[in-house]
Amino acid sequence: MDQKELLVLKDVKKSYSSLSVLKGINLTFQQGEFISIVGKSGCGKSTLLRIIAGLEAAGGGRIMMNGSELQSLNEAARIMFQDGRLLPWKKILQNIGLGLSGDWREKALEALRSVGLEDRAHQYPSSLSGGQKQRVALARALVHEPQLLLLDEPLGALDALTRLEMQRLIEAIWQKNRLTTILVTHDVEEAVMLSDRVIVLKDGNVAVDQVIEMPRPRQRANPAFTKYSEEILAEIMGTRSARGTVLVALSH
Amino acid sequence: MKKVKIDKKRGEKWLPWVIPALILIVWQGFSGIGIIPARILPSPTEVLKAGVKLSASGELTTHISISLWRALIGFLIGGTLGFILGLFNGLFKYIDLLFDTSIQMLRNIPHLALLPLVILWFGIDETSKIFLVALGVLFPVYINTYHGIKSVDRGLIEMGQAYGLKGFSLFTHVIFPGALSSILVGIRYSLGVMWTTLIVAETIAANSGVGYMAMNAREFMQMDIIVLSILIYALLGKLSDWLAKLCENKWLSWRQLS
Repeated sequence: MDQKELLVLKDVKKSYSSLSVLKGINLTFQQGEFISIVGKSGCGKSTLLRIIAGLEAAGGGRIMMNGSELQSLNEAARIMFQDGRLLPWKKILQNIGLGLSGDWREKALEALRSVGLEDRAHQYPSSLSGGQKQRVALARALVHEPQLLLLDEPLGALDALTRLEMQRLIEAIWQKNRLTTILVTHDVEEAVMLSDRVIVLKDGNVAVDQVIEMPRPRQRANPAFTKYSEEILAEIMGTRSARGTVLVALSH
Repeated sequence: MKKVKIDKKRGEKWLPWVIPALILIVWQGFSGIGIIPARILPSPTEVLKAGVKLSASGELTTHISISLWRALIGFLIGGTLGFILGLFNGLFKYIDLLFDTSIQMLRNIPHLALLPLVILWFGIDETSKIFLVALGVLFPVYINTYHGIKSVDRGLIEMGQAYGLKGFSLFTHVIFPGALSSILVGIRYSLGVMWTTLIVAETIAANSGVGYMAMNAREFMQMDIIVLSILIYALLGKLSDWLAKLCENKWLSWRQLS
């Protein structure tokens, strides 16, 4: 895998009135990487993702996308929201084709096929279950062929089984097209299951930037999986005994 | 099984008309045996006879078409203005700041209270009726368009922007469809206002139209024609409501599937 830097964050800050949410984030994201950002609610992880998407302006610092500084909306990125945000008045195919021009139908249908819902193309979103809606939202993000896929807790509102299914789908799609993906989640196991790197945000700072070295598909029963999960969780909850201990890769 | 289903559907179609039909039957019966005297309320058959007579002379068609024309023109003018004002005030902050307070002040004047003024301004010809209908229709359309646009889900607008929509395409794909159900509520409500305004205006200041027909009949104690006029208004009101509902079903079909 070539190690081209796609996105570089330099001292990114953000505060709302007197509350400082991000206190100078420095991170580098390589092309093709799957990165998860985890942390307690209110730790600034969603804000960071929205800044990367260009939906919110940073209060300080620089965001370099493909070597040039991000000024407004990040055109090369597509974000998927926790609450789907499908347009209820458009049929599913039209929802996926939103913002596309030219010969969009075939592309939209292809994207819908990749999430396994091509038979629902001509129905309205209200006929779908929560998990299916998120699949459509994923297809809508993928059809733009973005360089960067941003997932803002997309599975947070789903039941456990549907979430598992969606995790597999996201992993399969990532393995197929190696699209640089940043997943914001509060579920540590989900992060360990899917990511090359897990970043823990705490009090507006990067507390941990941990590479996960485990072969895919990953098994929850794998002792390394448990080890990673427990260490990261301990870091988030602040119950880690020896601070600063470097996690040892227990793979293979 | 299938036959029962069809019968059920047919029943649902006719059920709303059971009460009007029942009232007609009771009314006819009571008139026939003299419980309702003809000088208080003529029987339905008398009203029907008056209708046939007036149709034959062409009078009825003339009055109905002039009323319909006034209603339609007034509605189009007032509705368009209300829609445009609601749209711009809903979309642009500074236009909103400039206009909304004034519009809210005007809205609280009952438009029918302007009738004496309007007669002095425009006399009793077409302009006065059309002006009043337009004024009455304007506010419900304005309020509902404005409210509809203001209450479009911010999340959907943000999503649209994140997916490359801006300006007009954001409006046509996200904002307008999101506001449409509220806009249609405004239109449906304003159709009621349209008829009420027209009835009052035609009754007081007109020399043609259904309202004039009723007022004129009063002078000659023609009870059958007065009642006929009232029934015509009821039918026209029902007709416009039915049309509005048809539009709702067509444009908001996505809502019924949930």
